[in-house]
Amino acid sequence: MSESTLFGKVWSDHVVTPETESTPAILYVDLHLVHEVTSPQAFEVLRERGLRVRRPDRTMATMDHSTPTTPRPAKGPRLINDQEARAQIERLERNCKEQGVGLYALGDERQGIVHVIAPELGLTRPGMTITCGDSHTSTHGAFGALAFGIGTSEVGHVLATQCLLQRRPRTMRATIDGRPPRGVSAKDVVLALIAQIGTAGGTGHVIEYAGSTIRAMSMEERMTVCNMTIEGGARAGMIAPDETTFEWLAACPEGPRGAAWDRALSRWHALRTDDDASFDREVSLDGSALSPMITFGTDPSTAIPIGSPIPQANGDTTRARALAYMGLEGGKPLLGHRVDVVFVGSCTNARLSDLRQAASVVRGRRVAPGVRMLVVAGSQQVKHHAEAEGLDRIFREAGAEWREPGCSMCIAMNGDRLDAGQYAVSTSNRNFEGRQGPGGRTFLASPLTAAAAAVTGRITDVRELLD
Amino acid sequence: MEPIRTIVSRFVLLPIDDADTDQIIPARFLKTTSRAGLGAHLFADRRGPEFPLDRPEARGAQVLVAGRNFGCGSSREHAPWALGDAGFRAIIALGIADIFRANSIKNGIVPIVVDEAFHAKLTAAPNSEVVIDLDKLTVSMVKGGATASFALDPFARHCLMAGIDELGLLLGQLDAIAAYEKKAEALS
Repeated sequence: MSESTLFGKVWSDHVVTPETESTPAILYVDLHLVHEVTSPQAFEVLRERGLRVRRPDRTMATMDHSTPTTPRPAKGPRLINDQEARAQIERLERNCKEQGVGLYALGDERQGIVHVIAPELGLTRPGMTITCGDSHTSTHGAFGALAFGIGTSEVGHVLATQCLLQRRPRTMRATIDGRPPRGVSAKDVVLALIAQIGTAGGTGHVIEYAGSTIRAMSMEERMTVCNMTIEGGARAGMIAPDETTFEWLAACPEGPRGAAWDRALSRWHALRTDDDASFDREVSLDGSALSPMITFGTDPSTAIPIGSPIPQANGDTTRARALAYMGLEGGKPLLGHRVDVVFVGSCTNARLSDLRQAASVVRGRRVAPGVRMLVVAGSQQVKHHAEAEGLDRIFREAGAEWREPGCSMCIAMNGDRLDAGQYAVSTSNRNFEGRQGPGGRTFLASPLTAAAAAVTGRITDVRELLD
Repeated sequence: MEPIRTIVSRFVLLPIDDADTDQIIPARFLKTTSRAGLGAHLFADRRGPEFPLDRPEARGAQVLVAGRNFGCGSSREHAPWALGDAGFRAIIALGIADIFRANSIKNGIVPIVVDEAFHAKLTAAPNSEVVIDLDKLTVSMVKGGATASFALDPFARHCLMAGIDELGLLLGQLDAIAAYEKKAEALS
C-alpha cells in the first residue's frame, strides 16, 4: 500500500522490519537527543552489557533540565551548587566522553534547551525520525519530522541499536483555518485545541496540523503548537514542510549545503499529505474566532478564553479538586486575579519571537510591585540574539530577571521554583499540581498574556495593553 | 525481568483522573543517576494519613486502581520505577497514557484499561482482592466473581509473560539494521 499521509510517508521510510500481529515494527531513528536527567540509567545499561553507542554521529547531548539559570560568573561556566544536579551533569559529561557523543555543555555558546537547540542548529530536518527521553520531543514535528518522547529503557535501545520497537499509531488531522485576531498567538491556538480534544484526546495518535492558520505561522510558532501536542495525549505532532521551513533550514549553521541541499530539498518537497488521504480522526478549529487563552485548573485542557468566567465543578470531582488546589471559585472571573510570579521560558515559548512578544508589552512599563518576573531564554543563541536587539535591557529596566538558558521553572528541578500557594502565569506547558514547585499554582498562557500579568500584577487581557 | 502469569493481590483505589507523572514522582526526585529507591518518593506531594497509599489496608497491595488517563505528562520512566519499587505490578485504570504504558511494560508493570461498569465494581469494593490472568487476559474480583477482559498488545503480553527484555531482541537484529542503514544512506 502506498502511503498517503505525511506521517505514513515518514514512518514507512524508517521501517527496518515491518510489524506483524505478534511483533512491532523495528523503526530506525535518524536523530537521538540526550539530556542529563533521562540518560544516566540508559548509559549504565550499555556499560553493564559492554555495548557501545551505535551511531554517535546521530546522537547529540546537552544539559538543560537540572542546570542553574543564575547569571554566570565573568569567567568559566556556571556554578552548580546542588550536589545531586552536579553529579548528574558530571555523569552526562563522562558518558558522552566515553561513548564519543557530542555534548553542548554548560559554557558552550550553543547550549540550551534540547528542543530549542536542535532546530536552531539545523539538526532537526524534514522527514526525519527523532527521539529523546523527553515528552516535548513532539516539538520537532514542526519541521515535518516524526518526533516523539521515549522512556529511559528506550533511550538505551536507541543508544545501542539506533532503533525502537514500535506499533504504528493511528492518525488524526487537526485543521485550523482563519487569521487569529490581534493578541492571539500560537500558544492560544494550541491551548484552544487541547481544551477541545482533552488531555487524552490524542492518545494512540499522531496529529498532523493543517489549515491556513498553521501555514501562516513562523517556524517558532509551529514549534509551540507541536510542542504542546503531548498535552493532548498524542506523542507526536507534525506539520508538512514548506517554504517557511526551507527558509529556516537554509539559515542554520549545521544544515545541508550545496548539492546536498538540492537533494534534500527535492525529498522534502514530497513530504506532504495527499489530497485524497484519509485520517482515523479529523478535528477542526476556527482560528479567527479565538481569544487569548489561559488555564484555570491543573491540566492543560482547562484553558478558557481569558475573559470567560471560571467554569463550575458541577459535581465533577476532578474539577472540584483542581479548583480547590488552585484556590479558585467557579463562576468568578479569572481577569483581575492576583499573580505572584511570571515565568517566560521553556521549550514551549522561549524562542526569540516569544521574547520579542513579551518585551513588546513590557517596554516602557514596570513589573508590578510584589511580582517576580523571570525571563529565561531557550538557548545561548536565543539569549545572544535577544541581547543584540536590546531585549535584555527592556526586561531588566522593567525589573525582571534575565537569566541563563535552561528548563528552569517549567520543571522546577534546578532551584527555580514557586513557593507553596504562589500564583504564576507561565509560558510553559504544564500546570500540573506541584509542577512548578510543591504547592505552586500555575496559569498557562502565551508570552503576551504572561507579560501583561507581569506589568499589572493581575491576570489581564493583553489586548487592553497593545497599541 | 520476572515472568508474570498471574497476579493475585488486594488493590489500592486512587480515585483520581489524570494522575500525571509529576504527581507520581515529582521532578525534584529525578536528579538521581540510579533507578533504585524511588518508591520512597511515590506520590511524594500527595502523601499523608488520608492518602489511599498511606492507609494501613494498602500495605502489601500490588495493584493500583486509578481513574482516566493515568500517567499522562512527561516521559520519565522514574514513574514506573517508583511504582515498581513500591511493590506495584499492575495498574488498572479507565485510560492509560501512551508513554507511561510503554514504560510500564518494560518494567514488569501490567497496564490494564477497563470499562466504566467494571471500574464501578472495583470502586465499590476498595482494597478487595483481584486476580489478573495474563494468559486469559482477564481481571476478576475474588469476592463476587465479577470478571472483565482487557486488551494487551500480543508482543507486550509475550514480553511480560516470558520476562523478555526488548533490547536483547533488537540486538538480535543488528544485521537488518545495518542493511537498512546502507540502503537509507545511499539514498540521501
